[in-house]
Amino acid sequence: MQPFSTHAGLVAPLDRVNVDTDQMIPKQFCKLLTREGYGRLLFFDWRYLDGEKPNPEFVLNWPRYQGASVLLGRANFGCGSSREHAPWGVLDYGFRVVIAPSFADIFYNNCFKNGILPVTLPDAQVEELFRRTEQHIGYRLAADLPNQTITDDFALKLTFEIDPFRKQILLKGLDDIGMTLEHKAEIAAFEKRYQPTATMYDPVDVIISEPSK
Amino acid sequence: MYEKIWEAHLVHEAPGQPALIYIDRHFIHEGTSPQAFAGLKAESRKVRRPELTFAVMDHSVPTKGRELPILDKDAALQFEALARNCRETGVRLFDMHSLNQGIVHIIGPELGITQPGHTIVCGDSHTSTHGAFGTLAFGIGTSEVEHVLATQCLSQFRSKTMQIVVDGKRPRGVTAKDIILAIIGKIGIGGGIGHIFEYTGEAIRALSMEGRMTICNMSIEGGARAGMIAPDETTFAYLEGRPFVPRGQGFQAAVERWKTIASDPDAKFDARLEVKAADIAPQVTWGTNPGMVTSVTGRVPDPGSFSDSDQQKAAARALEYMGLKAGTRLVDIPLDRVFIGSCTNSRLEDLRAAARVVAGKKVARTLKGALVVPGSRVVKAQAEKEGLDKVFREAGFDWRDAGCSMCIGMNPDVLPSGERCASTSNRNFEGRQGKGGRTHLVSPIMAAAAAIAGHFVDIREWDVDLEA
Ligand code: SF4
Repeated sequence: MQPFSTHAGLVAPLDRVNVDTDQMIPKQFCKLLTREGYGRLLFFDWRYLDGEKPNPEFVLNWPRYQGASVLLGRANFGCGSSREHAPWGVLDYGFRVVIAPSFADIFYNNCFKNGILPVTLPDAQVEELFRRTEQHIGYRLAADLPNQTITDDFALKLTFEIDPFRKQILLKGLDDIGMTLEHKAEIAAFEKRYQPTATMYDPVDVIISEPSK
Repeated sequence: MYEKIWEAHLVHEAPGQPALIYIDRHFIHEGTSPQAFAGLKAESRKVRRPELTFAVMDHSVPTKGRELPILDKDAALQFEALARNCRETGVRLFDMHSLNQGIVHIIGPELGITQPGHTIVCGDSHTSTHGAFGTLAFGIGTSEVEHVLATQCLSQFRSKTMQIVVDGKRPRGVTAKDIILAIIGKIGIGGGIGHIFEYTGEAIRALSMEGRMTICNMSIEGGARAGMIAPDETTFAYLEGRPFVPRGQGFQAAVERWKTIASDPDAKFDARLEVKAADIAPQVTWGTNPGMVTSVTGRVPDPGSFSDSDQQKAAARALEYMGLKAGTRLVDIPLDRVFIGSCTNSRLEDLRAAARVVAGKKVARTLKGALVVPGSRVVKAQAEKEGLDKVFREAGFDWRDAGCSMCIGMNPDVLPSGERCASTSNRNFEGRQGKGGRTHLVSPIMAAAAAIAGHFVDIREWDVDLEA
């Protein structure tokens, strides 16, 4: 995973609450076998008209937001399906930072597995960022993870909270499977004590009958 | 209950770090697992406990003509990949020809793989379903699937807990689906973020396991990571005799263990919500998320009636997408299709209830299609034994093979653009059942009645036997 320390870039506003992962990567594209190539598919149904023609009404297609790498969202961002295709798409499109008043749990988690910085800010501050993005063409924000700040070119400086452990994961681009495997001995000790099993007492692939009422 | 299960599975904990918890059961399906296996391979890592992972093909399987070659090339590649990965690693697979195949959240409980006190994960957000058995069960991303395969553990931060008490008796015609939709309507789809729900109260205790699974299934739609219900006699009776459940003395011992899982009477929760079952009417969603819901007796709301501007905008956009006018009575909304299926509502009890509603009647002529998709092949076989397939067929429904089907439209069962569907599934997001498709979430009996009438009806006004 690509580490994350600081990032500055053009902001794109997505002024909708409850943006769900079904919209980020529609299910027809969840049949691919790789983790790459989802950027072209991000927000597919909103972004394209028939024949994959860009829909001029969708905000990411506006000329002023081309090349954006900071995504500004609304409450409950990333709700719905657990699909990691959604953050894969967000990253592959070019976004490194997503800012919103709140995130759905699974999406938030998935961001840290993929080197995306999710920033939670109070409603009023997000509102202000939307205002500034609209007001200034070419509006940029800089995210500084070590100092936990968001700044713009107009002397705005906001601080954000982030769990210290998750911060380290992003800063170092850690592979968390590798980290867990450092506790191999503890896992083995747990298994010895706990004896996990999944014993089958009846052969399956024989139709079992449901009790009738 | 959450804390008890958590403590019992703690492998490692250090201040300021997420805890490492052991995973009892890991379910995988063709959609979110290929990249996880590929990741393992790339690092030459092994599956630690293959016997604790169970695989099934459900999301993209066709619901008819399954013996024919799969025409969707991408889906076929996914099936092949899953079969190969399971073969190579020793994970048990219920492939699409298995007699036990079905939607992952249906077959886990049905086979008794899901048992009280377990930690259960799956690369699918509706893993919360399994919480109905008093388990800690939640959806994970593909990177975490890889993590569980490699370590049989997951690093997790503790969640907060919310107790949801549903008091009193459920009125006639009001199902588990209506209870959970009403709860989501109250708290909103982000209301449970960061929380695990524990449902309790007279109306919950009175529910069958099927009903409890419906409730827990949709916890994620209220923003919660998981939902859980304490195991009791209903739970034990359901589990007894299932293929993966111990027998005889082993069963008795298991029950004694399971009895200790329930929350203590003085357990503390971070939040609490009380709902009166008597106040709940059959629910119908009008918008593009499950929280945009109202009683069948209601009307499509005016976006202006919402308090904050985000909600007003969202409602206005939803009405536009749904092709609805504010003020329209819900019972006046005409339908194009009806779908009875999905991990929310495709168990035997759901099909029996829907069949009682349609028995001897005909699907409205104005409907373009009505589909019944059993949640598993076991459900299908039992339903056929009881003659339910005939009841549905004679009424004009299509009777299909088991899978996710039109809940998500990853197989050929897609809702065409612009068409309106009454669906027993759990998500009505834009394009969920097919690009441009318009979904209204309802209970199985409400869907069945809507199929007959061609529009929504208040099932309470029908003179049919609703509770068998
Ligand atoms: S039935 Fe629908 S919600 Fe359930 S697992 Fe399948 S696609 Fe997901």
